[in-house]
Amino acid sequence: MFEFCSNPENLSGFSWLSCYLTTPKHMNLFYSVGTVLLLLLITAPTALLFGFGGAVMARSKILLIKVFGNAYISIVRGVPDIAFFLFFVIAIDQLLEWTRHKILCPEWSEPIRQGNDFVVCTIAKLPLSSSPQWIHEIYGFLLAVFTFAIVFGAFAANVLYGAMRAVPKAQIETAVSFGMTERQVFRRILVPQMWIFALPGLGNLWMILIKATPLLFLLGVEDIVYWARELGGTKTAKFTSYPHGDWRVWYFLGLLVFYLAFTRISEVIIDTLMKTLSHGTPTLSGDLQRQVGR
Amino acid sequence: MSCLDIIADYGLRSIGLGERLLPRSDFTLCHQFTLIGSGMIWNIYFGTLALTSGFILATLLALGKASKNFYARKLSGWFIFIFRGSPLFIQFFFAYFLFLSLKQNFTFLSPLTSAWAGALFVLFCNTAAYSGEIFYGALQAIPKSDLEAADAYGMSGFSRFRRIVWPTMLRLAWPAYTNEAIFLFHATTLVFFSSFPAWQQRGDALYYANYFADKTFNPFIPYPILAGYFIFLTLILIGLFGLANRKLNIHLPKDKHTKIKFRIRLIR
Repeated sequence: MFEFCSNPENLSGFSWLSCYLTTPKHMNLFYSVGTVLLLLLITAPTALLFGFGGAVMARSKILLIKVFGNAYISIVRGVPDIAFFLFFVIAIDQLLEWTRHKILCPEWSEPIRQGNDFVVCTIAKLPLSSSPQWIHEIYGFLLAVFTFAIVFGAFAANVLYGAMRAVPKAQIETAVSFGMTERQVFRRILVPQMWIFALPGLGNLWMILIKATPLLFLLGVEDIVYWARELGGTKTAKFTSYPHGDWRVWYFLGLLVFYLAFTRISEVIIDTLMKTLSHGTPTLSGDLQRQVGR
Repeated sequence: MSCLDIIADYGLRSIGLGERLLPRSDFTLCHQFTLIGSGMIWNIYFGTLALTSGFILATLLALGKASKNFYARKLSGWFIFIFRGSPLFIQFFFAYFLFLSLKQNFTFLSPLTSAWAGALFVLFCNTAAYSGEIFYGALQAIPKSDLEAADAYGMSGFSRFRRIVWPTMLRLAWPAYTNEAIFLFHATTLVFFSSFPAWQQRGDALYYANYFADKTFNPFIPYPILAGYFIFLTLILIGLFGLANRKLNIHLPKDKHTKIKFRIRLIR
């Protein structure tokens, strides 16, 4: 990257390190930080959307929808989340290929599951085997995002369901006595008022989501864990101009510090947000603010 | 081969007893139930030991964070911050590579590079930090009147701690602590996916479930089996902690018992 990097053998100390950390391979590590942030950026709103849907379903008056919503919420209860991650990635992939197979190759007569194989016709493959590498990578990433959204949607649904129940009954009753329909009550009273009750839970969820991002590695995405392992391993002078021993422990120390800083900054922001938003609300912290006179 | 034979061959496979080779073809439901169940031994091993040893450190951490001593406060505060602020997955990786490099200088540390000791150590620190924070919160919430009553009785020092502070702290913290225990057991599934080697393919329940999903390319059987085992384990845990909860609240009228409520805080 820098000009003085052209001859690494003569370098030492800080200039060696600055050259070492800017090799094209290390750029992959920095890009993968971007991947993590992108995942958070896409997953957070999607999961919130899923959660909202789940919470609304669980409150539904129609039994079947209610049962489905409650089942979705309670998948967080008994089962390790990593199992869900590993499960959904394959399951969604197979579901998509199976659907495409049924639509695109209706004349295909052999069974899809042949013993230990999952066989669909070539044009039903996702992504098509002829498509370039970056399509495969994006497809893998999207599968991971969708999996994250499903799992975290269930957690968000749990939070939002609780928040909807925490809105004071008197507010709803007043709205009804004003002649609002059920939909109007939902849109004008319930949803605007529930956020303050949901915020502590959602903040907590955000922290959990940050701490779940290394699991991308398990879903086959080349993320920071992957690159830290790759780059940290022993490098001999034969293959690189920057030979070094087993430095994986330092790379993971770096990741540890990165995550500590990330969660700490988020924590401070959430706390400030919480204080601002609970100003003047009928909650405990709102009451406290009133008493102190702020 | 009947199912009983399979159970005899693979029932204790995860701790190295019975058949050496894992099944390679003709996977039956019985194979999957047996091997995944056998893997649960590791989950229970990690969970139980980390929970019991972590409990002691957690109490110390909570007392440290609430103490007047500057160094004790800072030390326990930082310990809790580091283990709660970073992902458990990264902690596992970091600890494994750390132990690997320590091993070269201190040979007596070599057990720490295998899962049974190294991962247990990380889980111990991790659960101690999370429960330490829970206990600290409970310690701050002990009613002042309880402490004043203890003073009035002339209790002080250790007897006040043992008879008043500690039981009240546990009582207040118990519902949250139950959740912590449940999620600790769930977190044990990460061990064999984070560099700690599954020596001779002796892995935990998720390791075997993943093995079957890879071999059969069908996730719809092994993962639900795993889910079933974990739901069962969770129910047992809730039952046991409920019994302890009743014991803790035995002097209170029934309707004043603190209920164990489920709250989320899952991946760590």
